[in-house]
Amino acid sequence: MAVLLLAESNANGLNRDATARAITAASTLGEVTVLVPGAGAAEVAGISGVSRVLTAEGDGVAHGLAEPLAALIIGMAADYSHIVAPSTAMAKNVLPRVAALLDVMVIPDVIAIIDADTFERPVYAGNAVQTVKSADATKVLTVRTAGFAAAADGNTAPVSPAPEAADPALSAWVADHIADTDRPDLTSARIVVSGGRGIGSEENFALVANLADKMGAAVGASRAAVDAGFAPNDWQVGQTGKVVAPDLYIALGISGAIQHLAGMKDSKVIVAINQDEDAPIFQVADFGLVGDLFTIVPDLTSKV
Amino acid sequence: MKVLVPVKRVIDYNVKARVKADGTGVDLTNVKMSMNPFDEIAVEEAVRLKEKGIATEVVAVSIGVKQAGDTLRTAMAMGADRAILINVSDDAGTDIEPLAVAKLLKGVIDAEQPGLVIAGKQAIDNDMNATGQMLAALLGWGQATFASKVDVEGDTLRVTREIDGGLQDITMTLPAIITADLRLNEPRYASLPNIMKAKKKPLEEKTAADYGVDITPRLTVMKTVEPAGRTAGIKVASVDELLAKLKAAEVL
Ligand SMILES: Cc1cc2nc3c(=O)[nH]c(=O)nc-3n(C[C@H](O)[C@H](O)[C@H](O)COP(=O)(O)OP(=O)(O)OC[C@H]3O[C@@H](n4cnc5c(N)ncnc54)[C@H](O)[C@@H]3O)c2cc1C
Ligand SMILES: Nc1ncnc2c1ncn2[C@@H]1O[C@H](COP(=O)(O)O)[C@@H](O)[C@H]1O
Repeated sequence: MAVLLLAESNANGLNRDATARAITAASTLGEVTVLVPGAGAAEVAGISGVSRVLTAEGDGVAHGLAEPLAALIIGMAADYSHIVAPSTAMAKNVLPRVAALLDVMVIPDVIAIIDADTFERPVYAGNAVQTVKSADATKVLTVRTAGFAAAADGNTAPVSPAPEAADPALSAWVADHIADTDRPDLTSARIVVSGGRGIGSEENFALVANLADKMGAAVGASRAAVDAGFAPNDWQVGQTGKVVAPDLYIALGISGAIQHLAGMKDSKVIVAINQDEDAPIFQVADFGLVGDLFTIVPDLTSKV
Repeated sequence: MKVLVPVKRVIDYNVKARVKADGTGVDLTNVKMSMNPFDEIAVEEAVRLKEKGIATEVVAVSIGVKQAGDTLRTAMAMGADRAILINVSDDAGTDIEPLAVAKLLKGVIDAEQPGLVIAGKQAIDNDMNATGQMLAALLGWGQATFASKVDVEGDTLRVTREIDGGLQDITMTLPAIITADLRLNEPRYASLPNIMKAKKKPLEEKTAADYGVDITPRLTVMKTVEPAGRTAGIKVASVDELLAKLKAAEVL
């Protein structure tokens, strides 16, 4: 069986971690060809488990636009039994479109691969896990990266251009607004420090950021903190934001709604700091500290 | 321009889903059901376009059990003008896959000819995040998923999308499909007079056969289980104790 894997890459570069984790998942299904839109082909060619790298250029594909990327993948699909990508915003935009064009059902957020047709995926905000068996000729799936280890380096796979495909020109890229940061990526960080509504303001979020920076951690947020404008949208952890599973997750002023837990309850160790001793977050926390975060967090930051 | 909004009846977002002991699915008996929260945002956006004079009519569509008619009444109480219910099942536990939903919606769109479709980004029951994208593919239309800002200028759509790392601006020509993300707007509550008025708005009932669509699932759910649970740990009394525990757990 042959697998086509859509790398998490764009004009600005490659998300190596997400791509390498998806490669681990894809390798269990067959020989892996990686399609790299935008930059990063050489880096992907160095990842173990990759048999071949195909590159694609152009404004649309290099900015993750669904229509040209789907057209590109459809042009190549006949050669593959599986089309796989890490569960990122880009892949969630593109792969359902690919699946519909192939008249197959997409299988999103796979957490375990049972065999070539059978997969496990969470539903209902992670409160249930389904085992689904696909009857479709081509399997189109996205994989939750937290469930798979990143493939190591140590390869020199051949790189060549992907077959050309016409851009249907149904949409046009205008601009990306991406914050520059030296912090680790939220979905691959070893430690994540997240703030919720309890942080109170955008200025106060510096408390969260300072602790994170001292620990070399990524910063996350609850939906309430993002909606209130305390934190940018891409920091949202949860059912409808990012799913993280770091070694250590620290929740500051977060109550622990079902939707938030869905995004972090697979973390190895969870710490919660909240002034409400009955907050549901304490039901999943390994270590809870009840108290005012405005006194606890500065103390923690100075001692860590 | 006519705007079409697909709305799904799902478990209320405040309810924690319980897996049936025999592994056959999630227990939905006597569970509170509501409009999928992302679809409330989609309806709100469509109604605002009508209030701005950009949309001429807002049509809500739901595919599911007969009770999805209540969800459509809610959409009409929020401001949708009329509704179409495609009755496909008698059992609330039967989920219709996004591919089948997209094919049925395509049937509705071929008949209704809307200029814009605004769907939710994700149904909070199956967590698929797929229907809008699949529908766009079947229609050969452009798609703007995870929208947090929408502007319509003539037949051009400007959309800001929530992506990994930040935001993305794209433009599209109509007709097109948008999927609504959380920050697009804050949906209104339906007022009592509007709830009363909604009872008189037209609700047309259809079946899958009316559109000649085969809704047989492509994915067979072999079993549904509860995930490995987490048990509550301990409360620590101070920052020093917390740090000692984290060092002992080898995460610091
Ligand atoms: C469709 C949908 C999707 C959603 N998706 C997500 C998602 O992906 N991610 C997500 O997070 N949420 C999501 N939500 C929202 C979710 O339901 C909750 O509303 C949200 O998680 C609450 O955020 P919070 O815990 O920060 O705020 P709150 O629930 O308001 O909790 C604030 C907490 O801070 C504590 N606090 C306040 N002041 C202090 C202080 N000085 N010191 C210590 N503690 C303090 C309080 O005791 C409280 O527990 C979604 C909701 C819907 C409807
Ligand atoms: N049965 C349905 N009836 C009406 N709309 C639906 C249905 N299923 C999905 N949708 C629409 O598609 C969106 C995404 O759903 P999903 O792809 O299932 O996560 C929802 O927010 C709705 O707008």
